[in-house]
Amino acid sequence: MINSRITQKIAFFGLFLATLLIVLPVGMILVIIVQKGWPAITWQFLTDMPRQGMRAGGIFPAIVGTIYLVGGAIMFALPIGLLAAIYLCEYARHSVITRIIKLAIVNLSGVPSVVYGLFGLALFVVFFRFGVSILSGSLTLGIMILPIIVTASREALESVPYSFREVSLSLGASKWQTIRHIVLPNAIPGILTGTILGLGRAAGETAPILFTVAAFYLPQLPTSLFDQAMALPYHLYVISTQVPNVDEKIRYGTALVLLTLVLVMNLIAIVIRAQFRKKKKW
Amino acid sequence: MRKIKEFIIEKLILFCGLASIFFVVLIFLFLLKEGLSVLKTVGIGSFLFGKNWYPISDPAQLGILPLILGSLLVTLGAALISIPIGIACAVYIAEVAPLKMKEALKAGIELLAAIPSVVLGFIGMVTLVPWVKHLFHLPTGLTAFSGSVMLAFMAMPTIVSIAEDALYSVPKSYREGALALGATHWQTIYRVLLPAASSGIVAAVMLGIGRVIGETMAVMMITGNAAVLPKSILEPVRTLTATIAAEMGEAVVGSEHYFALFAIGIVLFVISFLINLTADLFLHRNQ
Repeated sequence: MINSRITQKIAFFGLFLATLLIVLPVGMILVIIVQKGWPAITWQFLTDMPRQGMRAGGIFPAIVGTIYLVGGAIMFALPIGLLAAIYLCEYARHSVITRIIKLAIVNLSGVPSVVYGLFGLALFVVFFRFGVSILSGSLTLGIMILPIIVTASREALESVPYSFREVSLSLGASKWQTIRHIVLPNAIPGILTGTILGLGRAAGETAPILFTVAAFYLPQLPTSLFDQAMALPYHLYVISTQVPNVDEKIRYGTALVLLTLVLVMNLIAIVIRAQFRKKKKW
Repeated sequence: MRKIKEFIIEKLILFCGLASIFFVVLIFLFLLKEGLSVLKTVGIGSFLFGKNWYPISDPAQLGILPLILGSLLVTLGAALISIPIGIACAVYIAEVAPLKMKEALKAGIELLAAIPSVVLGFIGMVTLVPWVKHLFHLPTGLTAFSGSVMLAFMAMPTIVSIAEDALYSVPKSYREGALALGATHWQTIYRVLLPAASSGIVAAVMLGIGRVIGETMAVMMITGNAAVLPKSILEPVRTLTATIAAEMGEAVVGSEHYFALFAIGIVLFVISFLINLTADLFLHRNQ
C-alpha cells in the first residue's frame, strides 16, 4: 500500500515535470520576445515605411498587407464555412455524403500549409491569371481556414437544443426561418470564436502566401486587389534570413507585433467561448 | 414565393456543404496537373529514391530521397521528444491538475498552438541554434536536431489537446470501477484510463506527427537546408516542405524545376491524406 502511494507520488511528479517542460520554454519564448521587442515598438515603427532596404524605418505596409489578406480570407471563408456547417448540422442526413464531407474537412485541415501555397500558385496565380496578388493570397488563405470555421460553427449550431427548433417549426415557421431566427442567433458566440481563430491562423501563416501574394520589399501601400503586398509573417522571415545586418531590435519588434496580433485574437476567442459556455441558458 | 426562396437557400447550403469535398479534389487535381508530368518522365521510382537533388544543373537530377530522409529525420526526432512529454502533459491536465490550473494550462496549450511557425523559427534561430552549436561543438547550429526540438513544440499542442479529449471521454464507470477495487489513482490511470483511451491517443500522436511533416517555415529557418543524404541528426538537412518553399521563388513557371516542386507537393499531400485518414479511423473506432 505504502509502495503504491510512493509510486503514485513519483509518477505524478513526473507528469508535472513533463508539463513544466512545455510551459517553461513557451513562457521563456514569450518573455524573450516581449523583452527584446518592446524597445522597438514606437508609433513611428508601426506607422512608417521600411527604409534602407528594411534595415530602418517601420513595418506599416506589412501590417496593412496582413489586414487586407486576413479580411479577404474571412470574406471568402466565413459565408461558405457557415453554410457548410448549417448543411452538416441541419440538412444532412447521416449518409455516406456527410461522412465524406467530414473526412474532406479533416483532410483540408491536415494539408501542409506549403501545399496550399502550391495550390494557390497553380490555380489562382497561373490558371485564373490573378497574378501574384492580394486576391490570390486571400483566396488561398480562405480555403486554408475553411475547416476551422466549419468545425467551430458546427459545434456552435449543434449546441443549440433540438427543442428550440421543434417549437419554432410547430409554430409554422419554415426550416430556413427557424435556422435564420432561432438557431443562428443562439449560435453566434460559437461562430464568432471560430471566425476569430480563423483570422488568427490566417494572420500568422507564411507558407501559403510565399508564392501567391508576398512582396519582398514594397515601400508603398497596395491600391487594388491585384497588387502584391507585404505581410507581417513574410516580412519577419525576410528580415531574419534574407537580409543581412538588420538591427536585432527591428526583428524582435516585428516578431512582437505579429505575436501580439495572433495571440490577442486567440485570447479573445477563448474568452468569448468561456463566457458563452458559462452563460448558456439551457 | 416562400417555397422558391426555401428551395434556393437549400440548394445554396447543399452547394456550400459540398465545397470542402470540391476543394480537396481541386487541390489534388491541380497538384497532379502540374506535377504528374515529372513523375512520368523521371519515373516514380527514381523520383522517390534518387539520391541526387540538383534541379537546376543540366541535365537536372530530380531524386528526392535526401529530402524524404531529411523530413523523416526531423520528424522522428520531434516525435521522440513530443510524444512522451505530450501524453504525460495530457494525463496531468486531464487527471492530476486542480481545476483552476487545468483551465489555465488548457488555454496556455491553445496559445502555444497559435504561435505562428515563423515566430518559432525566428526564436529558434536566435536562441536554440547558437546553443546547439556550442553544446555539441559543431560548425553550425542549423541542424536536424534543432529542427526536431522546435517542431516538437508545434506537435505538442495537437498531441496534448486530442489525447486529453480522449482521456476525458473514457466513461466514468471505468474509473469508479478501478478505484472501487482498491487501485490508487495512478494505477487507475495507467492500467485502466490509458488503455481505454488508447485509440484516441494514437490518433493524437498521428495528427501531431502530421503537423510536423507539413511544417514549413520554422524548419526552413533552422535546419540548414542542405539537400544531401543526412548522416547524423547533428548535420544540416533539408525537408520536403522547405525545398518547395525555398526553391519555388526561383523556379520559372512551366520549367521542369517548377513541375518537380509540384511533384513534391503530391508526395506531401498523399502523406498528409493517409495520416489524417488513419487518425480519423482511430478517432471514430469507438463510436
